Amino acid sequence: MYYQVKKVIVLILLHTFLLSVALSCITPLLWMLNASFKTDTEFREDLGLKIASSPTLENYKTALTEGNLGFYFLNSVFYTFITVLSIVMVSSLAAYGFSRLQFPCKNVIFFMFLAAMMIPLPAGFVPVYILLNKLHLVNRTGYVLAMTNIGLSFSIYLLKTFFDQLPRDLEDAARIDGCNKLRIWWNVGLPLVAPALAVVIIFNSLNVWNEFVLASLMFTEDNLMPLQVGLMEFYNRNIIQHTLLMASLTIAAVPIILLYLVMQRQIIKGITAGAMVG
Amino acid sequence: MNACLKEKGVNFSFIFPALLIFSVFYIYPFIYTFILSFQRGDGIYISEFVGLANFKEVLFYDKDWWPSMFYGGFITFFALTFQNVVALLLALAVDKAIKTGKIYRVIFFVLCVLSEIIIGLLMRQILISNPGIFNQWLDKLGLGFFLHNWLDAKKILFQVGNVKITHALVTTALVHSWKGFGWAFVILLAGLQAIPEQLYESARIDGARSYQSFLNITLPLLTPVIVLVFILTILGTMQAFAMILALTRGAGGLTEVPVMRIYNHLRGSQVGLACAEGIVLGVILIAISFTMLRISKWVRSRWGVLPS
Amino acid sequence: MHLSKVVWCFIVIIALISGCAPRQDTDEKKIVIWHWMNDRKSAFEELAKRYTSQTNIPVKFKLFFPPDIYSQKVIAAARAGSLPEIFGILGEKKSLSSFIKAGHILDLTPVMKENANEWKDSFYPQTLQTTVFEKGNFYDVKPGIYGVPIDTTLMQFVYNRELFKRAGLDPDKPPQTFDEFITYAQTIKDKLGVDGFICGWGEGWLLNCLATEWAINIMDEQRFIQTLEGKIPYTDEKWIQVFSLFEKIKDSGILAADITTMINKEAEDAFSKGKAAFSFNGSWSVNVYKQLSPELDYAFFSLPKAANASFKIWGGAGSSFMVKAKSSNKDEAIKFLKWLTARKQQKFLIKNTNNLAAIKGCEQDLPPILSPLTDNLDRLTHPNIWPYNEDSRVIEVMNKGLQQTVMGVKTPQEVAQEVQQIKQRVGRR
Repeated sequence: MYYQVKKVIVLILLHTFLLSVALSCITPLLWMLNASFKTDTEFREDLGLKIASSPTLENYKTALTEGNLGFYFLNSVFYTFITVLSIVMVSSLAAYGFSRLQFPCKNVIFFMFLAAMMIPLPAGFVPVYILLNKLHLVNRTGYVLAMTNIGLSFSIYLLKTFFDQLPRDLEDAARIDGCNKLRIWWNVGLPLVAPALAVVIIFNSLNVWNEFVLASLMFTEDNLMPLQVGLMEFYNRNIIQHTLLMASLTIAAVPIILLYLVMQRQIIKGITAGAMVG
Repeated sequence: MNACLKEKGVNFSFIFPALLIFSVFYIYPFIYTFILSFQRGDGIYISEFVGLANFKEVLFYDKDWWPSMFYGGFITFFALTFQNVVALLLALAVDKAIKTGKIYRVIFFVLCVLSEIIIGLLMRQILISNPGIFNQWLDKLGLGFFLHNWLDAKKILFQVGNVKITHALVTTALVHSWKGFGWAFVILLAGLQAIPEQLYESARIDGARSYQSFLNITLPLLTPVIVLVFILTILGTMQAFAMILALTRGAGGLTEVPVMRIYNHLRGSQVGLACAEGIVLGVILIAISFTMLRISKWVRSRWGVLPS
Repeated sequence: MHLSKVVWCFIVIIALISGCAPRQDTDEKKIVIWHWMNDRKSAFEELAKRYTSQTNIPVKFKLFFPPDIYSQKVIAAARAGSLPEIFGILGEKKSLSSFIKAGHILDLTPVMKENANEWKDSFYPQTLQTTVFEKGNFYDVKPGIYGVPIDTTLMQFVYNRELFKRAGLDPDKPPQTFDEFITYAQTIKDKLGVDGFICGWGEGWLLNCLATEWAINIMDEQRFIQTLEGKIPYTDEKWIQVFSLFEKIKDSGILAADITTMINKEAEDAFSKGKAAFSFNGSWSVNVYKQLSPELDYAFFSLPKAANASFKIWGGAGSSFMVKAKSSNKDEAIKFLKWLTARKQQKFLIKNTNNLAAIKGCEQDLPPILSPLTDNLDRLTHPNIWPYNEDSRVIEVMNKGLQQTVMGVKTPQEVAQEVQQIKQRVGRR
């Protein structure tokens, strides 16, 4: 009896704790969502505390047409896709190389990649911009390459630690079958590090989708800019209309939350695996 | 001989694309930053070699640099302790075979996927004292005694020399921890779940209390994971600034973190100074990370866990 | 899936995105203009359309926002040699001088002086002066006129007439002295429960404008310039008097909460919603207030009027455009700027953006709220027309010090000392 009472109390306490933290996480997001469906006058009366009585899509319409956010949204999808693709290709190749193959200065080069994760480069974009300008690569290509670089260090590090832990038997077998190194990487290595690849994909997607500073510097054509830049510009024009602001924030937040919800199993698995090797 | 060279060439080609991108976008700007840090320049016309003057300015003379390191450090410390303890408690709670654990896990991580700018803008709207939406929530929950001006920097809670801790700083630290605890939670939970159940059972058979098995089994086995969380927290927090900018705009220097200073100097045509500050910050971060790794190795060997 | 296929796909995609990248325009006569004024985006685009239909020369305005990013971008583009034909420069005159010395900006003096100074004389002298470098200037720049102002801006106090009426004050009599200002604000605060004063003091420059304006009025312009020269220290009692005004405002309790974390947009929103009696803002705010609440009943006033008969007001060219020196298209760019600052286009800008014009003779077209401001145009003073400029580090320390004074965590004396310290250190370098 005593034990059961104690167990129930512990359970209640546990759930209160968990629930309150969970509520603190989603309440602001729900408030944002709720406010985005209100008219400005309605919002001023109740400050978004009551559920929208007659939800309106007017704010979204304004944000998508006037702020052109729909267009920027597609740009962002495009950049995220291309950048993540190139990060996956380049970093998995390099990680495989660092883990399995021998070449001069291997450790030095790897250490450089590691150190890059820690040193912020405040003025770094100026020389990059100048160089890219000379190569006529400022807009899309330049942005994709620069963002690829930002994701590289972490991705290489993670994938290398994964490759290190894999047994070599399968690769040896493939080699005996006459596969060259590139084929082994693609047909044997990559499938085995799939969980780590999931982490690489999701983190870099988050990173590219949420990136702001570099994007606002790299582009000279406004119709090529990604969503975060468009959002900031639109925000500064319409900061005063809270409902509109909430609608535009929602537009920026929802896709990444959806991606997260769809992929959350892989993400958690990936982080788990990543944490274990880290 | 020739075959060996060719082999090395093939091997090298695996890392070549990565190295090429890295050289153009990191090494080249890095060298450039380094050169600029020895100059006094506005990035356009003036550039004059000044030796170590910029570094001296940052390290010894600039009255605001170390306070800004301290404010960044305060937010980091807050995240290291408060955020990570809460994350650990949550991880322990979810780990204790709660069936709804998965849902919690999904919810706790959701803030981590949103950008700093979104969180900063949103939380400013909620926290700012006029109209004070957060205070109204607290009021409705019956927590009226907890109301205060969240972004206020008027009242100094604690002061050492030039360093002043205000509500605005604590709120910034809270919001930052709130946004980031999901990371620590997921990683710590992963660490907890990797600890074999048999260890706990044999401890229970030996008559160990639950806090004893926590101290003797959970903590030591979790050390590498905790160190990883610490390093990620330090690197993440010391380099964060967009959220702080959106939330308080630095509150007159009282929530100004190092990276914010660097960007301000870059904007104020103080390129050389900004580069020197970036290098100083980088060196400090690298030093901290390596110390942490060392400690981790020492602890692991001390507790008899083989380093992986 | 075969490896080779994937690799090919990848190469094709990369080739596609670089191939689709817009080519550098080969159109010789095209004019591209970079700017940061997102409130005027549509007005500019309309003007560009009109110009193109008149002359057949394509004109493209490109907006980059926020201003921080814009200035970084211009610096990077200057170094990369990819500046557009026309652009604006943000920041202090020092950075303008760097651009000139690095050879990026065209000296417009010859064109300005054509036909007996025709173009030059069309501008308000104080407005044009912001981009002029005189002989023997402190920046060591070859004397000349380096920019074309497109509007005039000045900083003024505003008050809410509606709140004045409701608090029993005469809406036609704004405060004349500093003490009156504080009393009025307190009265309104006590009677109506709204904030006395609001301003975007999270942005340091707004504090700086006010501090300079007060400094010039308290110690006269000559002494002020001597401080910049380093002949008078910031710890001078007049300066402490200036800094103390901020402490006085804070002590009177009229400031809105969170004022030092506020950006100007937020303060403008709050003022337009009647949440505060007074504010300090630029003449551009007419356009902002009009968008936020068209019914708002407010007026501008100057302070302190009674204290000094020859007071100065912070203002000058709101924004100027520069012509790229190495442009192969200079003449077209200059023609366009001439067209842009002609009366018809200036009137269009007045109507659509509610700013003061850069050129003389548009006074009748101003909205009623703005026309009284033209009386003050000869009182304008601006860092760009002073013979000396303060170092940006000194300004940074002063702004932060003032922010902390307003929060009450620093005394005016402490601010004065810190500003003087950095001033000395910068002077040594």
